[in-house]
Amino acid sequence: MPAQSTDFQTLSRRYTADKPLRAFIRKALGGYYQKRDENKSNFQDWQGARDLAAEIKYEAVNHLEDYLLEFEAKITARGAKVFWAPDAEAARNYILQVAKENGVRAIIKSKTMTSEEIHLNHALEKEGFGVIESDLGEYIVQLREEPPFHLVFPAMHLTRGQISELFEEKLGSEPTDEPEKLTMIARDVMRSKYCEADMGISGANFAVAETGMISITENEGNARLTTSLPRIHVALLGIEKVLPHLEDLSLFLPMLATAGAGQTMTCYNTMYGGPRQPGEPDGPEQMHVVLLDNRRTELLADAEQRDALGCIRCGACLNVCPIFKNIGGYSYGTTYGGPIGSVITPHLRGLKDWKHLSAASSLCGACTEACPVKIDLHHHLLQNRRNGVKASPSPFEKLTYGGFSVMMGHPLLYRFAIKIGRFFQPLHDLVNGTFLDPLRAWTSSRKLPKLASTSFQEQWKKERGGEK
Amino acid sequence: MNDGRSLILKRIREALRDNPAPHPHTSHSQVEAETHTGGHPQRDWLPKVGETVSEQIDLFSTISAGLKTEVHRVANLAAARERFLALSKENGWKKIGSHQHTDVDFLLTGCTLPIVRTDLGYTISDLESCDVGLTACEVLVAQTGGILVSVESSGGRALSVLPPHHVVIARTSQMVPDLTASFQHVKNKYGNNFPSFMSFITGPSRTGDIERILVLGAHGPKRLSVLLVDQE
Repeated sequence: MPAQSTDFQTLSRRYTADKPLRAFIRKALGGYYQKRDENKSNFQDWQGARDLAAEIKYEAVNHLEDYLLEFEAKITARGAKVFWAPDAEAARNYILQVAKENGVRAIIKSKTMTSEEIHLNHALEKEGFGVIESDLGEYIVQLREEPPFHLVFPAMHLTRGQISELFEEKLGSEPTDEPEKLTMIARDVMRSKYCEADMGISGANFAVAETGMISITENEGNARLTTSLPRIHVALLGIEKVLPHLEDLSLFLPMLATAGAGQTMTCYNTMYGGPRQPGEPDGPEQMHVVLLDNRRTELLADAEQRDALGCIRCGACLNVCPIFKNIGGYSYGTTYGGPIGSVITPHLRGLKDWKHLSAASSLCGACTEACPVKIDLHHHLLQNRRNGVKASPSPFEKLTYGGFSVMMGHPLLYRFAIKIGRFFQPLHDLVNGTFLDPLRAWTSSRKLPKLASTSFQEQWKKERGGEK
Repeated sequence: MNDGRSLILKRIREALRDNPAPHPHTSHSQVEAETHTGGHPQRDWLPKVGETVSEQIDLFSTISAGLKTEVHRVANLAAARERFLALSKENGWKKIGSHQHTDVDFLLTGCTLPIVRTDLGYTISDLESCDVGLTACEVLVAQTGGILVSVESSGGRALSVLPPHHVVIARTSQMVPDLTASFQHVKNKYGNNFPSFMSFITGPSRTGDIERILVLGAHGPKRLSVLLVDQE
């Protein structure tokens, strides 16, 4: 069993046992459900909007080359530099090179999961560049030296008390239990950082082919400051973020806000088409757009699961997932948690080490229903299970299911097995759940149902004789 | 230098060629052609917007109230200036950030406070110490309670986000029904020569990162006021 799988089991057990944390997360999500449903109901037809969003993404992903080239040509014409990074290392090296060539001293970042994926902060710090996360939640987890707990709500696992203690320890601030005061402490720290930074790194929620723009969605204004004040702007995004038309945003921006945080619109939805243009009063002198593959093309090659590239990282599937709600964000051990993470991680990081995530699902389908771009998440989890078995078959499972199949296909054999079972069950009771129990994976936390003393068929025969 | 480009494009081409899409697909352009809303099918599904300007202003105001955007409806520019001066007094502003624009300039006539004009060149610390950023905008969006600002309309990138209070001067004729209409507005106005920055501002800066509790003024303005002038 790969280490990732063992770690997953250990961590899920630990987090599931943490009842206060589970209650805390349920409470945090309660408000989200209510706001999300309110906003969905304002749509004339949320399902129609989902169909259209899926359709637009399908078009973009299935003509990825055309749209990427169009995007590149348009944004390059406006003075941005586009760098194509086949893997994480290429992306890291390019950003490091830009920082070195320009004598960068301080770097500020706005929230980008793609940079988590390529471990950018670590690489920059190793080369001596100070990096500050400006998004409040990201800043909190950065101070704790933790990865984000959730795609959209990075610090949702922490109480205000924990955050106050953290700020007291790291920033020397006075303790407080008011979220507002805590937010203002971070605001004050960050103000000077924006002014000092000479490089701003952002992600992007969308790239628009038609006009050569990237679009960034945020609530705090930190991404706007990150992309306005420093003299260099680096935007890091996956190749799948491209949309054909500017008007497509009029669908995706409200849908992302509704699905992601239960908002009508996120506070700032900003479109950037290049660095500061001639005649403009401010903005960065340089804009670099890093287009990252990092095995997204492996997912593209899987026609069955290609729609997973349509993901807009709203986090809606995490918020409704019974598994996520109980095991939390850290058990997965992946950049992208929850159902979407379990679907794409085996493609991005290898099936062998990550196929166990396909079992982190009750197959209830809540994720699929929540997804604004209609990714068939729970079926993809099943497909990953199938692919996992195909890639490394388990002889024991094969034998078990083979035997079961033979038994179920032969009534005589079935009846015989029932009789034998009745005889062996009391013996099994003696070892139930112990290390001697061959079924202990199941019985350690569940009761094996008792076989009836007479089967339905036997009762029928007895009561009604030979009657058909 | 960038061999990655040809490598990625090759991978994409092979992935799509060797593994064609699993089901027949109506293309986006077909979907557009089939709808009755002039090629913008999203309008059939997104929240409904009234057709008249007054309905749209009402919707904008209702959504703004929910977002904690302060909307001041005024009859004319003179009344807007009075309101602006009143706000200035109430809040004890000491320094104002602004940019060159007919209506903005009108609001500031006779203003004795120091003014930082971003279009004349500015330092970050000078703008940061302003109590308010006064800007015009491209359009107001009824459907979302949004304000579209751009480098061109609103004095660059930082003026509308760095000072702690953002005041927008707009006319009712700038109201558009939805996001689609605002994209059409910028396309008509700029052709292919877009400003390098455009942003839909939907309420004052906010965060819910601590226990999902709403706090205003995370990094951007804590307050957002719209002076909406009832005039073409």
